[in-house]
Amino acid sequence: MANQEEYFFTKEHEWVYFEDNVAVVGVAEYAQNALGDITYVELPEVGEDVEQFEQFASVESVKAASDIFAPISGKIMEVNKKLEASPELINKSCYEKGWIAKIQPADLNEKNNLMSQEEYTQFLEGLDT
Amino acid sequence: MDPSEALQYTPLYDDHVSRGARMVPFGGWSMPVQYTGIIEEYWQCRKSTALFDICHMGEIIVHGDHAIDVLEKIVTCSLASLGVNRCRYGLMLNTLGGVVDDLIVFRLSDNKYLLVVNAANTRKDLAHIQQFLHGQASCQDISAKIGKLDLQGPLAREVLEALCPEVSKLRYFQCDEFFLLDEPCWISRTGYTGELGYEIFYPWAKTKILWQKILENDKVKPAGLGARDVLRIEMAYSLYGHEISDDITPLDAGLEAFLDFRKDFIGKPALLEKSNRSVAQEIIYFVSDDRRSPRQGHKIFSLDQMVIGEVTSGTFSPALEKGIGIGRVVAPRKDVGEKIYFGTQANFWPGRSVQKPFYQNGSLKQ
Repeated sequence: MANQEEYFFTKEHEWVYFEDNVAVVGVAEYAQNALGDITYVELPEVGEDVEQFEQFASVESVKAASDIFAPISGKIMEVNKKLEASPELINKSCYEKGWIAKIQPADLNEKNNLMSQEEYTQFLEGLDT
Repeated sequence: MDPSEALQYTPLYDDHVSRGARMVPFGGWSMPVQYTGIIEEYWQCRKSTALFDICHMGEIIVHGDHAIDVLEKIVTCSLASLGVNRCRYGLMLNTLGGVVDDLIVFRLSDNKYLLVVNAANTRKDLAHIQQFLHGQASCQDISAKIGKLDLQGPLAREVLEALCPEVSKLRYFQCDEFFLLDEPCWISRTGYTGELGYEIFYPWAKTKILWQKILENDKVKPAGLGARDVLRIEMAYSLYGHEISDDITPLDAGLEAFLDFRKDFIGKPALLEKSNRSVAQEIIYFVSDDRRSPRQGHKIFSLDQMVIGEVTSGTFSPALEKGIGIGRVVAPRKDVGEKIYFGTQANFWPGRSVQKPFYQNGSLKQ
């Protein structure tokens, strides 16, 4: 796991961190809490190309289904197969065991479109008021 | 209900908030959808005992010498045969055969009946009943005076006996008057979960004391409307606004068992006429092939991908670890086991029709 400072965030509450030039992505605490018990995760296909801020996965909770948007463009390298049988890993460990996919980034400059941990914390404070 | 009206609050609102409940508007009321999590609260009810705040539901008293005549006319099930301290599920219909509301009728004494109705329909129901009052019959909405707690789960009897030993005599669908924490109340052995359980009708102003007292027992935890909906869908129970409404007849909702065609009731002529038409609808119950859940409003497709109907209720079933759904489709459908798809025109997923209820191991009649 990366240090908290190394995570970047979207306004839709996805996170990403970069490890040896691979982007690991998932959903943030705020999103897992809002969704409640997650019962199903639709994972992307390995090899699929995804675009930044386009839908690339979806999660279902007991009450509703929600789209998950890619924090960065690129090719899906790996998906977290454990989520197929244990989607609750997102509730229990959204920043670690509940990761969704690893993406080979197409353009690392896209980081500039994301929020740092500090910016995201401020963004969340804005949502609460 | 007029959505612009202010939300109403049960006497437990502050208590819910202090327990960290997530409050949502439901039927004009601010209600807890969950405390710790829907699935955890679901299992609390299936395996131990859960307590639900159901104070929002409506309670209407119909009494007088002609009460039974009025009720026989406006409720679809037979009530003449209903003994004192018994209760029965039925429907009130409009003249077109649509469902005004579904309800449980309790016979409290010789000529006094309690109708328990949906929160959002209480005012409509009262107006409907008043149209048919005659002779020595009157009705009164007592919803504002009556709080309601549902204690549901395999351990519900031992939990309630600790406060009121006499309650053990109640059999399924029986009710009676008891004293609980020195307050008079009605308790029925009924529920909406498929588990052994009780519905407690308690003085509104004292309900918070009872709620907190019951929750002192560590076998009980509060459960919200989220868990309640999963529990009722697993039992294939109808919910107003989903399987039934003003525009849907009980014939199209699979509720024939609650119609007594030997008597006259409001809506019966319309139902008889409709039962002769060639295109009818029926309710199916289906299980998703995987964990993906059907949702209200999803289309249902036949194997050759023709639209045959619509999902009325859907959820993830913790017991089956699969998505489950109730849907209204064009009749007649094949037997149980028919493969179907559910979803949108763009994205749909496979499932298979099954016999109701989805959950077979409840403690309901223990």
